[in-house]
Amino acid sequence: MGPHSLSDPEQWVNQHGDYLFRCALLRMRDPRLAEDVVQETLLAALQGRDRFAGESSERSWLVGILKHKVIDHFRKNSREGPSEDVERLINEQDQSFHGRGGWKRDTTGPKEWTEDPGIILERKEFWDVLKRCVSELPPRMAHVFSLREIDDLSSEEICKALNITATNLWVMLHRARMHLRRCLEINCMGLKAS
Amino acid sequence: MLSCKEATRLVSDSLDRKLPFRLLLPLRIHLLLCKFCDRYRKHLLFIREAVRRHPDRVEGHEEPSSPSLSPEARERITRFLTPED
Repeated sequence: MGPHSLSDPEQWVNQHGDYLFRCALLRMRDPRLAEDVVQETLLAALQGRDRFAGESSERSWLVGILKHKVIDHFRKNSREGPSEDVERLINEQDQSFHGRGGWKRDTTGPKEWTEDPGIILERKEFWDVLKRCVSELPPRMAHVFSLREIDDLSSEEICKALNITATNLWVMLHRARMHLRRCLEINCMGLKAS
Repeated sequence: MLSCKEATRLVSDSLDRKLPFRLLLPLRIHLLLCKFCDRYRKHLLFIREAVRRHPDRVEGHEEPSSPSLSPEARERITRFLTPED
């Protein structure tokens, strides 16, 4: 047994419910689905609590289960075609380029971010905007972005978990990053006209 | 010559896989010549660095204004976790 032990399951909702919910919401976007996943997570934890080895804290153990539940959800629903959300995002992004594929210099071309990176990261506003920008992504894109950048899984691991092709994954990550960059630039970066 | 549209795709790909030389070289050249795509690349790296350094600030940072479980869900889940007498 490791250094951690579990608290009474009756306390889990109070102690971790909102945290787990926000974790799920970031990845799934839909509050109803996120609540369902929190419920499934805690039930799975209840049934599997004998297997808790105490090597991580109770919360990281629960978050680990939750992440698997979210992956299950997206794998089961992987046959859904591209949603309207995705098409809208792609159209919007394609508008950033003129016909031959160059930036529209005065409007969409990336600006210089002048503020000191160390200072930006300390500003609460930056994180609020970033979270809002992630929440604007279509659910599947928000999910792969979290797996890749927050969980630091490799492309191979993500493709295997979600049963998707590498090309499919890279396109989604590309679109997600393009959205986040633009969204941050418009909403909070100190800009200097180029 | 790569277009900016193609270059942005390769910049993103380069964060997820090792680009083969036949793509890497044109991308490098494009980035030397195009200040917009060069900034684009710096911005993506900045976002990656920010998120990886502070994952907790992106997912589930505790503050009063953050979204929380609805009272109904809270009650329902608690009921499931409470042993019946």
